[in-house]
Amino acid sequence: MEFFERFAIPHPSPAIYASMVVIALTVVAIIAGLTYFKKWGYLWREWLTTVDHKRLGLMYIISAILMLFRGGVDAIMMRAQLATPDSKLLDAQHYNEIFTTHGVVMIMFMAMPFIFGFMNYIVPLQIGARDVAFPRLNAISFWLFFMGAMLFNISFVIGGSPDAGWTSYFPLAGTDFSESVGTNYYMIALQISGLGSLMTGINMITTILKMRAPGMTLMKMPMFTWSTLVANLIIVTVFPVLTVALAMGTMDRLFATNFFTSSNGGMDMLWANLFWVWGHPEVYILILPAFGIYSEIISTFSSKNLYGYTSMVASMVIISVLSCLVWAHHFFTMGQGAASNSFFSITTMAIAVPTGVKIFNWLFTMWKGKIRFTVPMLYSIGFIPLFTIGGVTGVMLAMSAADYQYHNTMFLVAHFHNTIIPGVVFAMLAGLTYYWPKMFGFMLNERIGKWTFWALSIGFVLAFFPMYITGLDGQARRMYTYSESTGFGPLNMLSFIGAGIMAIGFVLIVYNIYYSIRYAPRNIGSDPWDARTLEWATHTPVPEYNFAITPAVNSIEPFWDAKKKKHVLFPEPLKKIHMPNNSGMPFILSAIFFVWGFSFVFAIWPLLIISTLGIFACLACRSFENDHGHYISLEEIEETEEKLGGAKK
Amino acid sequence: MKELFPAKQVMGFVFSLILTAIALLVYFLDLSFTAGLTILVVTAFIQALLQLVVFMHAGETKDKWAIYGNVYFMILIAMITIFGTLFLFVWDM
Repeated sequence: MEFFERFAIPHPSPAIYASMVVIALTVVAIIAGLTYFKKWGYLWREWLTTVDHKRLGLMYIISAILMLFRGGVDAIMMRAQLATPDSKLLDAQHYNEIFTTHGVVMIMFMAMPFIFGFMNYIVPLQIGARDVAFPRLNAISFWLFFMGAMLFNISFVIGGSPDAGWTSYFPLAGTDFSESVGTNYYMIALQISGLGSLMTGINMITTILKMRAPGMTLMKMPMFTWSTLVANLIIVTVFPVLTVALAMGTMDRLFATNFFTSSNGGMDMLWANLFWVWGHPEVYILILPAFGIYSEIISTFSSKNLYGYTSMVASMVIISVLSCLVWAHHFFTMGQGAASNSFFSITTMAIAVPTGVKIFNWLFTMWKGKIRFTVPMLYSIGFIPLFTIGGVTGVMLAMSAADYQYHNTMFLVAHFHNTIIPGVVFAMLAGLTYYWPKMFGFMLNERIGKWTFWALSIGFVLAFFPMYITGLDGQARRMYTYSESTGFGPLNMLSFIGAGIMAIGFVLIVYNIYYSIRYAPRNIGSDPWDARTLEWATHTPVPEYNFAITPAVNSIEPFWDAKKKKHVLFPEPLKKIHMPNNSGMPFILSAIFFVWGFSFVFAIWPLLIISTLGIFACLACRSFENDHGHYISLEEIEETEEKLGGAKK
Repeated sequence: MKELFPAKQVMGFVFSLILTAIALLVYFLDLSFTAGLTILVVTAFIQALLQLVVFMHAGETKDKWAIYGNVYFMILIAMITIFGTLFLFVWDM
């Protein structure tokens, strides 16, 4: 039994035991359900082995929504704990674990897959391609992300969650101060899903550079595709830094090296340095595609083309360059001199300029437009003022001298939630509502959607604006409680109420999906929003091959031109279509990676060696495999087109 | 026969052996830490580029701009990270 003791939770509570039971029951229910309804074959053929970018995109989005709820529950627990002074709801250790997993889950396993989901689903459609450049690599990316996320999520029932913050600063994250396996989970799970992100980066860049429809020059790409290109360039630039930092951290924890220790020549702040070399560009990896989605939505629902296309592209490129030159603003208080702090202050403040250009471009797009106040547009309009407040407080934090006051207070927490929630989360929900009819063939209910928007916006303002005040008054972040004499109590209660209203908003999303599945009309055609770009030019549901005929592009908005200016979108005759074959290898490889990660976390070396061999066996198999894909015949295409309501012109 | 003889590869092989020998000297000679590390870093970078150009045939195909573009990009990123870190932790500490 000694072997199994390592899997015990170091700091258990009834809530965790209850979670174990619930998880076990859920797993049993899923297996029983799949067996009873005889869905194993369907699951394997249609989803686990698929290389279709649309299905992978959907799986990314579904995982992201699940993780949104997991991270959201963490958030509610934190706010509940802080709602009253000297609260005994959670103890310090639980609070530490919860804010750590909240951060990691929300950034790595909610926001990242959400944007990857949209990139996967939308980009090939927007550029008129049939799939991404490397479909099988794409499947590997998804499954590596998925297995990384699952590995991270089992931590709280097996071995204990990481508790050193989502930034996992050393020496706290070292073995001296974090003895449990929690931080191993952090290192290994992020490593596995990070590999997936890096592959997606390469895949998307190649897709966008090589597979655009004829006539679509770089400066005629839709804005979301541009934002994807820039974001993926940042991914390829900075994810290797995270990979190296995580590998060094893992070696410190498991092999007693001294990269980040505070003795034996180690340099603990070097972790913070490397982490933020990746971490700051990472927030732009998240926000740029969100900007892309807003650009699409604002232009569609203002019934106008996007104002200042060239300046939009230029500002994204400038943001991407600057984002790699600002990382030290996360540790202005480390003790370095004024020269470096000034440098990083100035580069940080400079980012506000291209971002401001984008804000004005969106405003000018709406100027004199025929605005339709749909749910996606409401999110976009709400985003502009709320995000601007987040940006302005960001400039406040960027001033290194003033940062000594703000550093590690709730002011910072308020700032980054103020950029991430209206910036990224609103964009994801707006994009979800906007692209829902393309993905599923019916629309989400507008009335419930508007209720959701207002609940989330009001909840957001109530939850986070009080933190600016308590932060300036000195409430530190990551403190599990505070005394009544500090006077933080009432404002924190207000935050808790706001978080509760946001929770209602998220429940409304679920209800909206349920309601729309039951009652929404299905006869909405393939262009329900009167949109402007290519993804709306094909059928709904999108056939496997996306476009029966490769579209011809003449401008930034070829579909709009086809509708209004008699542009011929599909001039070519029908030809047979070459498509990639499905493969079970990505799933199997990633499942082995899961075992690999698990054995690494618990230092079970024999299993680690076996699974490493398994990974190499998969790679060798792929090298010797002959896979030329398959053709879809003319008859089959014609049949599909007929079934979907006739060929598109 | 002359065009069949892989002169470039043979020269490259000899050169990479020389680089290895120089790097190995750090172990045998009694150098200061800084001098030793400088030799190791410099020879390592030359060695990597040599392998890339001579033995991995970068620059022999039409997509050479992509390969060299990636290499320059990589060097730029490494430089930003390294010099930024030096700036923070050494020169301005």
